[in-house]
Amino acid sequence: MKKFFNMKKIISFMLVFTMMFVLAACGKKGDKVDENKTGTEEPTPEVTETPTTTETPDKTDTTALAGTVSITGSTSVEKILMDMISDFTAYNPDVKINYTGTGSSAGITDAMNGANDIGASSRNLKEEEKGLEQVIFAYDGIAVVLHPSNKIADLTIEQILKIYSGEITNWSELGGKDANIIVVSREGASGTRGAFEELTGLGDVGLVESATVVEGNGNVQATVAGNENAIGYVSFSFINEKVKAVTVDGIEATPENAKEGTYVLSRPFLLVYNKDTASPEASAFLEYVVSPDAQEFVEDHGGIRVD
Amino acid sequence: MKHVGKNEMVAKQQKDYKEKVFHFIFLFSALISVLSVIAIIAFVFSKGLKPFFGENSYSFLDFITGLKWDPGTESYGIFYMIVGSVLATLGAIALGVPIGLLTAVFIAEIAPKKIVAIIRPAIELLAGIPSVIYGAFGLGVIVQLIKKVSPTGQGESLLAVICVLTIMILPTIITLSESSLRAVPKSYREASYGLGASKIQTIFKTVVPAARSGILSATVLGIGRAMGETMAVMMIAGNNIGGLPKSIWSKIRPLTSNISMEMSYASGRHQDMLFATGVVLFLFILVINMVLIKITSKMGNANSKK
Repeated sequence: MKKFFNMKKIISFMLVFTMMFVLAACGKKGDKVDENKTGTEEPTPEVTETPTTTETPDKTDTTALAGTVSITGSTSVEKILMDMISDFTAYNPDVKINYTGTGSSAGITDAMNGANDIGASSRNLKEEEKGLEQVIFAYDGIAVVLHPSNKIADLTIEQILKIYSGEITNWSELGGKDANIIVVSREGASGTRGAFEELTGLGDVGLVESATVVEGNGNVQATVAGNENAIGYVSFSFINEKVKAVTVDGIEATPENAKEGTYVLSRPFLLVYNKDTASPEASAFLEYVVSPDAQEFVEDHGGIRVD
Repeated sequence: MKHVGKNEMVAKQQKDYKEKVFHFIFLFSALISVLSVIAIIAFVFSKGLKPFFGENSYSFLDFITGLKWDPGTESYGIFYMIVGSVLATLGAIALGVPIGLLTAVFIAEIAPKKIVAIIRPAIELLAGIPSVIYGAFGLGVIVQLIKKVSPTGQGESLLAVICVLTIMILPTIITLSESSLRAVPKSYREASYGLGASKIQTIFKTVVPAARSGILSATVLGIGRAMGETMAVMMIAGNNIGGLPKSIWSKIRPLTSNISMEMSYASGRHQDMLFATGVVLFLFILVINMVLIKITSKMGNANSKK
């Protein structure tokens, strides 16, 4: 009998203990976010205005900056952003910038909830997301890639749409050899897939059901490189000798053409933030990304400069 | 005398105290796993059932019988994924159980010790290989081989998934079957030999039937493993966005890879739907576990009767 009571006591104590632990953890998380926000926000409004007017980039007037900036969002921008961050923090040693690749939608949602300081996106903001401020820091082109042995060199946007919607299923219909077209696409809600479907008009008709779906640009490239009848689409930075990028409507998939707008399959890279809550550190970084120094990194990674 | 008595009392109290502390530690450890299960169930179900209730809800029937998954157009049907997952699992079991059982019989009954010393570490190694390596192997070798013979001209298929899953469930089936074969009392074999049965007759008529509940639970665990495998199948399944598999050359999209492929990018309803997929997967695993518990409790009863 006595033992039984002890057991009960112990269990109830345990449960209370764990509950307390869980609740405490929850509370801490919430507080932290708030503290960070309120602590760094208040001095912001006036400070953010001043740097915008001065032409010189951050290096001279941001020496007093200190704090942490968290960026979450698109994985497509990772390479460019990581280089920018290490360059920026080299000049501002007291500023720490964390980047986590969570996907464009997640990054934008985080920016709206205040879960990050800056959200990174590889697609334009949707209507319901328009409350955020945006800084376009690069353009990216989406290249349509084939196996190098495929003789087809040009596809119209119409043909691409028909291939991806399942209307054209054999390469012979496009003047190629008699073989089934292996359609390779990306996972749902991938930024590149969203941009591709939007730019081709595929969003309205829908992807063919039998399409192979793989995760990430690298896997698309690998799958296309491994199958001579495959077609896929990747960011410009993933074009290499293992796959062949076709011309679209006769326009070559080059950064120049994408920026000029003649190449139809291109999209912006942008950083989004909440104007009212942006910390001075975040604002300084947002200015930095369009500076000539930062734009070098865009170019390094096959992106298209905005300046 | 008085002092000694007091010391004894203190010692006894200390002992009691120690007992209690250890009792507490054990209980705490046990509670961690129980609480984790409860937390996971609560989280997955609350997230996964959300889209089917309230305003602007998605029809559960459309979800469970739908043949197309395209978040862009708000189609969330997983029936073709369930069919794909089940077919892949059945295929892997149909190939893996006979191979695994024969291997187990070979190790437990027939093979000389020297050969066992080679086979057993190989199987243990097979069990320890990370699933992403299986996936890479499947993509680099199996998919390429299938591509050459497939009428669709593509290697990512139900067949590729079955091949890789078969290899992946082998260690589970072999080790569990082997230990249940070894648990069969020696007297059974002696009685069988005594009646003039040959070695092969003894194995198939006496030892394997006596170990059948162990072999059955090995099979059920294999089913669980095949059903829940994610990374390796994601790389080789093709993950089509709709349509039932028509042959072994067809692409499939297992429930697991649906979740893992899109979770990192998804938001809003799309994310909830991925959790709903998780609920369905969870129910499958739950049923498999219940069957397993039934089998093992039966086995326990059978043993106690002897």
